[in-house]
Amino acid sequence: MERDFTKKKVRWGESLMEGLLFAAAAAAVGVVVGIVYVVVSESAKFFAQVSVIEFLTSTTWTPLFDNPQYGIAPLLTGTFMSTLVALAVAVPLGLLVAIYLSEFASTRTRETIKPTLELLAAVPTVVYGYFALLFVTPILQRIIPGLPSFNLLSAGMVMGLMIIPYIASLSEDAMRAVPRAMRDGSFAMGATRLETAFRVVVPAAVSGVVGAVILGMSRAIGETMIVVVAGGQLPQMVTSPTQQGATVTAFIAQVALGDLPFGTLEYNSIFAAGLALLVLTLLFNFVAFYMQRRFREAY
Amino acid sequence: MAAVDVQRPSDITAHPPGLARRKFWDKSFVIWGIVATIIGLGTLVTLVSDLLADGGHRLTPAFFFSFPSSDPAEAGILSAWVGSLLVIATTALVAIPVGLLAGVYLEEYAPKNPVTSAIEIAVNNLAGVPSILFGLMALGIFVQFLGNPARWFGFLPESFRVAGADLFGQSILTAGITLALLILPVVIVATREAVRGVPQEIRHAALAVGATKWQTTQHHVLPYALPGVVTGVIIGISRALGETAPLIMIGGLTFVAFLPITRPGDATFETIGVLDQYGAAIDPSATERVTIAHDGVVVLPDFTEQQVSAGQVLDLPHGSTVQSVANLGDAVASWSPTHWLGSEFTVMPIQMFNWTSRPQAEFLEIAAAAGLVLLVITLLMNGAAIWLRYRLRKQIKW
Repeated sequence: MERDFTKKKVRWGESLMEGLLFAAAAAAVGVVVGIVYVVVSESAKFFAQVSVIEFLTSTTWTPLFDNPQYGIAPLLTGTFMSTLVALAVAVPLGLLVAIYLSEFASTRTRETIKPTLELLAAVPTVVYGYFALLFVTPILQRIIPGLPSFNLLSAGMVMGLMIIPYIASLSEDAMRAVPRAMRDGSFAMGATRLETAFRVVVPAAVSGVVGAVILGMSRAIGETMIVVVAGGQLPQMVTSPTQQGATVTAFIAQVALGDLPFGTLEYNSIFAAGLALLVLTLLFNFVAFYMQRRFREAY
Repeated sequence: MAAVDVQRPSDITAHPPGLARRKFWDKSFVIWGIVATIIGLGTLVTLVSDLLADGGHRLTPAFFFSFPSSDPAEAGILSAWVGSLLVIATTALVAIPVGLLAGVYLEEYAPKNPVTSAIEIAVNNLAGVPSILFGLMALGIFVQFLGNPARWFGFLPESFRVAGADLFGQSILTAGITLALLILPVVIVATREAVRGVPQEIRHAALAVGATKWQTTQHHVLPYALPGVVTGVIIGISRALGETAPLIMIGGLTFVAFLPITRPGDATFETIGVLDQYGAAIDPSATERVTIAHDGVVVLPDFTEQQVSAGQVLDLPHGSTVQSVANLGDAVASWSPTHWLGSEFTVMPIQMFNWTSRPQAEFLEIAAAAGLVLLVITLLMNGAAIWLRYRLRKQIKW
């Protein structure tokens, strides 16, 4: 029998597989749409009863009281305070480690330390919560008399330790991507390794370093269990890290741990808080993206 | 003749001024770098030794094979590790195929068009979404919508809707799917990197001898990419194992004194009535009529024991537990996959969290013991992934 080679053979198996592969990839879009849909639609029910202005301007968050007040500000101050403490710990340590590993350490040292350090990010956060509450806080209480046993300082510090690998690892990648020739130029002019690191390598890698810091920051903002366990769950306007406070995530988890009936205003309030969290994280993702484009050095 | 003012050149081999100081700073930075590294690594060591000091002595076989209890000396993690195992198995069954296929699609098949960029943006953003938001999504979709037959699509038959709703709600299936979606970006990114690492020549050779695109991918690209995919899967699974927040959102229980692999009537360990988070009955005066399925013991709320035999009908006060001895045969015979998937659950991190939030010091000890188990498992899994990645880099030379 003659075969007609001018016609393309329809292969159903191939088309089926391609369809399947596409469906799997499209699932990622489905998840994003699902998250946004649930958070926005449930928040809409909340904002039908509570004005957006009260939500944004009131400084009291007491949705579980008889006379409920819904101001997101106390939760945001809690989130920002714990994140600030975390960054104060993680940025200097992470950058020191990154510069040391990329500019000073031998290949062998780097290959050993980097993956070991990445284990810090793999520790379950509830274990970190235990560590913050029962190890770090007692030590801090000896240094700072009068520190409450739940406080954002210890939660934030442990959160900082958790995000060190994100900052160190990604910054180190960015620094090592800086071409050898730029370092050689600097060395040829008589600069030391340290001078080369701070005046040539870090400025050239700044986009990656900023991206790494913002990634670590958004991890800290979204972190739940450490603050639930060690930060106390008291929503108040936080002005000092030694206070106890609730973060946006801690409030959501706290309500979920109780037994709130579906569809009540209190129940919907966790979705409003979730919306604030979603907006905040997307904002930082956008800023990171913008910074990376703005400061990108092309070689 | 004008005198030329010739200055004697300074000794060009001499060190420029300040060099000693600059070299000192250079050297001392190494110390700072090492100190920072030691703080990081020291945290890990401190973490493990703190947990070991607090809870190490509680790691007895009985701890692994006892249910949680209001008496910290008796409490164990049986329901927690079985729950974790079942949730993680569900997660792996969903996340591995979906993540693998999605990664392959993006590397091998995806045309350059807006749909593909939308998928890529979605994957990148998902990696940065806080885990608790996945919990909120699961609460809205799997628990409140799919877990409620009245809210299912009305055109489906009633029996189908009820059976479907049984599987969702605050169940192992819901937890497994939620965690699978959470680790999807990890698996996708690892797959993409592994697939990208396979040289173009391999594909060309396969295509040249007449293989179709999928045959090429299946027989020639994937086998080489597999070790890289496995690395990503291990890291993703270990992350899912330690996640607490999203499972709290979908209602992971803090006190579970039964195993989800046996049906309630055949339970080897069944608690009567509704208990509060400390394992005591909410209404101690209420009773419930129970048919005993297997020979065994009933423990009443005052901790007195009573022998019972199969078929006996008893009125038990809330807070008592039936510890009937179902043998392995009974358990296997009564096992059904739809049952455990739809069962309520607890997992290791939730169990640990619950014990951490108790005021009594004895509970903190078992919290540390549970944390130690969790920590050792996650660190071992990550260690295995690192080792695999290292081997991979050394072995494969194209």
